[in-house]
Amino acid sequence: MVAIQTVNLTKYYGKSRGIIDLNLTVKQGEFFGFIGPNGAGKSTTIRTLLGLVRATSGHADILGMDIYKEKKKILSDVGYLPSEAVFYSGMRVRDILKLSSDLRGKDCSAEARLLCDRLQLTPSRKVEELSFGNRKKVGIVSALQHDPKLLILDEPTSGLDPLMQHEFFRILREKNRQGTTIFFSSHVLSEIQRNCSRAAIIREGHIIACDSVEALARTNTKQIIVHGRLSLDGLNGIRNLQKTEDSCSFLYGGNIKCLLQRLSEEDITDLSVTEPDLEEIFMHYYES
Amino acid sequence: MCIQLPIHDNRTFSVVRARRNAQIGINMTLLKHELKQGWKTLAIWTASIGFFIVLCVLMYPEMSEEMEGVNEMFSSMGAFTSAFGMDRLNFGTLIGFYSVECGNILGIGGAFFAALIAVSSLAKEEKERTAEFLLSHPVSRPWIITQKLFAVIFQIVIMNAAVFTLSAVSVAAIGEEFLWKELCMLHLAYFLVQLELAGICFGFSAFLRRSGLGIGLGIAAVMYFLNIAANISKDAEFLKYITPFGYAEGADIIANGCPNVKMLSLGMVYAVIGISAAYRKYCGKDIQ
Repeated sequence: MVAIQTVNLTKYYGKSRGIIDLNLTVKQGEFFGFIGPNGAGKSTTIRTLLGLVRATSGHADILGMDIYKEKKKILSDVGYLPSEAVFYSGMRVRDILKLSSDLRGKDCSAEARLLCDRLQLTPSRKVEELSFGNRKKVGIVSALQHDPKLLILDEPTSGLDPLMQHEFFRILREKNRQGTTIFFSSHVLSEIQRNCSRAAIIREGHIIACDSVEALARTNTKQIIVHGRLSLDGLNGIRNLQKTEDSCSFLYGGNIKCLLQRLSEEDITDLSVTEPDLEEIFMHYYES
Repeated sequence: MCIQLPIHDNRTFSVVRARRNAQIGINMTLLKHELKQGWKTLAIWTASIGFFIVLCVLMYPEMSEEMEGVNEMFSSMGAFTSAFGMDRLNFGTLIGFYSVECGNILGIGGAFFAALIAVSSLAKEEKERTAEFLLSHPVSRPWIITQKLFAVIFQIVIMNAAVFTLSAVSVAAIGEEFLWKELCMLHLAYFLVQLELAGICFGFSAFLRRSGLGIGLGIAAVMYFLNIAANISKDAEFLKYITPFGYAEGADIIANGCPNVKMLSLGMVYAVIGISAAYRKYCGKDIQ
């Protein structure tokens, strides 16, 4: 079954662009990454899916239900973590979590306690006294405590320290193994690469690539590092060239035979050929 | 055989309660939340208005001894006299005195209070950026609007009930002869003024993203001065059909025994228009 499906989903805020003809399919049980630079339309996509803003055109289904006609039903099966978690001032963490579960008409206190323990969140603290990271944790617990079928997380790790990020992803992987679909947006590529099975890249409101993370990372381009004295003049397909006195590194997308032929004629001492990391590819997608 | 298990702890009880609420379709979570959030404001306004009204009433016996001169002075101040309806009132009686002094305190104070809480009711969620939290729960927008509207009305009812009680007790305490029916009518009229202003301001609230306090207080103040203008000039009498203070004029209520029905009905129409606008706007609003 499909967890999220959008068909030509478009959102304009007045004249300014949000997203344009977005077509996206996330299957149930997937750990799906949504990558893009600031202002690309990640949050707009998420906010449209949740019914916070109304799409200009196109339509979308979540868990097989229309996002407008069955919004309430959808939201009871979805956990959402906004990129900036803000809560009612004057309330304590436990009151916020209780309010959230009451709004859902569900008792989630056992799960909430468990999550607070794991994330080292003190339920008696007042929310306005919390740091950005700790407020994020409140958002995480409130998104997870009712055991949703689909988790939509908007830049979930910003503000969390590395240890917390680690624990957070452990929780997410556990949930994912239990069948929860996870859709999360980020511009930290390493966390997408480590955790996601599939990912989509969004730029200026358009999806420019959507595939398994391995496939996205697999291109004809190689990362080459050569030690020794050499000249690369005349070779085609070189990008991101960085030279030091006795080495140079670059991305090579040209004919590998030509490269080897040239290198064999030069005075080189060492050579490494590796897959470029997602970061490089990301830049490639963004620049093109 | 059927065995009824006893409800033995809080958790089971809240699950049972949540299920029952879900079955009968009433979830009062947001209403309760709003009242909790607003109780300080409510307490401060109620205490302030109540205090000044009690003070006024307690001052009356002392003032009435010199009332001869006061009455003459107040009834000979030209436009100022008619502005507050003092040309048609006997300042020498407690009800006459009460309708001007206390009417103004409850009139202005109550109007400001009602306008204030109504205009911020919906807008504060976006201003304080809690809208995302609230609207990502499985609740419909009409439900949110209804609960917030009830919370506003409920707070106005509490304020008026408390002020009426304080006022009645203090009037009884000074032991003067008093027209109780007129007192009730005056309080009822000001209660309706507040409901009308609240309805109108609630409509504005749906359109706002920032704090609407200026707008709320502005509307209440303008309405108050429109009535004064209508009192001063015969040509401006039509203004009484715009401002709710038109039907809460102490002099008319004491003379006729009840508020002007035509103006009152029109006022309630304005309130209904405001509330309808709130539903219309907020149900399709893009939440930022």
